Amino acid sequence: MNHVAPVQFVAKNMRVDLSLIAGMVAPKSRVLDIGCGDGTLIDYLFRNRQCDARGLEIDMAEVTRAVTHGLPVMQGDADSDLANYPDAAFDYVILSRTLQAVEKPREVLRQMLRISTYAIVSFPNFGHWSLRLQLLFGGKMPMTRAWHRMWYETPNIHPCTIQDFFNLCDEDGYKVEQWLAADDDGARAPWRKYKFLANCFGEQGLFLLRKA
Amino acid sequence: MDQSPNLSEPAHQSITFEDGLTLDCGRHLARLTVAYRTYGSLNEARGNAILICHALTGDQYVAEPHPLTGKPGWWDALVGPGRPVDTGKYFVICANVLGGCMGSTGPRSPHDERPGEPWGTEFPAVTIADMVRAQKRLVEHLGIARLFAVIGGSMGGMQTLAWAALYPNAVFAAVPVASAAYHSAQNIAFHEIGRQAIAADPFFYGGRYWAEGVTPARGLAVARMTAHITYVSEAALTRKFGRRLQHATDLTLLVDRFEVESYLEHQGSSFVRRFDANSYLTITRAMDLFDLAADHDGNLSRAFAGTKTRFLLVSFSSDWLFPTAQSRAIARALNHVAANVSFVEIMSDKGHDAFLLDEPDFHRTLSGFLAGCAEHAGLA
Repeated sequence: MNHVAPVQFVAKNMRVDLSLIAGMVAPKSRVLDIGCGDGTLIDYLFRNRQCDARGLEIDMAEVTRAVTHGLPVMQGDADSDLANYPDAAFDYVILSRTLQAVEKPREVLRQMLRISTYAIVSFPNFGHWSLRLQLLFGGKMPMTRAWHRMWYETPNIHPCTIQDFFNLCDEDGYKVEQWLAADDDGARAPWRKYKFLANCFGEQGLFLLRKA
Repeated sequence: MDQSPNLSEPAHQSITFEDGLTLDCGRHLARLTVAYRTYGSLNEARGNAILICHALTGDQYVAEPHPLTGKPGWWDALVGPGRPVDTGKYFVICANVLGGCMGSTGPRSPHDERPGEPWGTEFPAVTIADMVRAQKRLVEHLGIARLFAVIGGSMGGMQTLAWAALYPNAVFAAVPVASAAYHSAQNIAFHEIGRQAIAADPFFYGGRYWAEGVTPARGLAVARMTAHITYVSEAALTRKFGRRLQHATDLTLLVDRFEVESYLEHQGSSFVRRFDANSYLTITRAMDLFDLAADHDGNLSRAFAGTKTRFLLVSFSSDWLFPTAQSRAIARALNHVAANVSFVEIMSDKGHDAFLLDEPDFHRTLSGFLAGCAEHAGLA
């Protein structure tokens, strides 16, 4: 029998290098990592930046793994559970590789910037040239390392491009404090100065936002 | 020592506070005895103490053979040297609850006003918070200002929540397991069946069975049998017994007994040998009265406003008595006050009882959580 892994994780094979995200977080700050998986980033922020870092994760097996490692993680859902936190409870809320998989990305962003001063968001860039070419010449939904599931079973229900994300930030009044494009392995890509190039060649986008 | 004149009991380790305790109901107990056990040793800073809170029919013998039944401690798999609650590292305290029948002040204790008689049904109504206040006295007596952790399942989880709400600065970490912030209508209903069964036993004598030299064993056994069904899942009962018969392979005669029947019977009869009916009435009532939010204008998160305690909430997927939704509601209330909260639901088909059984995921989770907390508390 063909065993298909549960569709819980989102582009897990693609990881922004933790140090890129951690580099955006001020030491000793209060951090919530949404979709924290087994809590690697939380652990990193606690040990290296002395942060009060906590996690929210939808997959119970990952939550159990994280708590087993002594990390404060609770099972929950970005779409429904952020509403439970008070205003300004955190300095940073991180949504790494998860935005494209939530039901209401816009509402999730709004909640993030309600409960936190800064939001750090990373997502796989649907504007990458290889996806554009696949769609243009193959006429089929693109498949890459990050977008590796068939359209009918992908959890990535809200794909967007780096340009799309800039547009949403403009529309909803979020100030982009920092941004960068990165490749699948999380190395910083050299398209920093040119949005157009970043949108073509960056495999993922990483943004630090605050309310304007 | 606190012993009723009519029921012989082993001597329990205990401390008596001669100034007594004022209860939530307004009554004042002239003397308060708390029976307890400790394991491991308190470190010099007095910072490695863990209080374990027992459930409805539990007692202080958490990690050693029970003096009446000889059975291993009720959380033996969890508490001991090298176990998740490592007695080589932590100083573990477990006290019999107020209202209990294993040495702490309860319906079997001498009546305040009637020398020579036990309280019986006249024992004042106690609450979960009263139990916690009694434990606080013990903890202070032991010279501990702050507990490293309070851990408890079911009613023990209620006490854990009450500890965190009443004494936030005295609780570094709190682990309510398979518990709830209030007793639901369904929970109360099942308790009421148990109480009615006890009251209907002809040997109950309006609660003065001790004066007649008898016990309402039948009623108490039925109470236990009913309760026991609520502790297990349908799947677990099916797996354990199915429709199997005792001493027969086919259902031939109407006198055949199903295995599940004799199992329940056994649960009931072994229980009555170690538990007092009036205690059962007192403690089930205390659980029914529990509603942590009600003490805070109906807003559970207010019970934890400003808390610095680190929480771990654990539920079990097949627990229908204290379902996951109850633990999740507590986790969300804690989110409302930006508390540090971990929350896991352990997959298990063993129902509410899973918290007492061998559930490796639960044990690993608790162990990891405590290790993480120890690091934050500077214990590691």
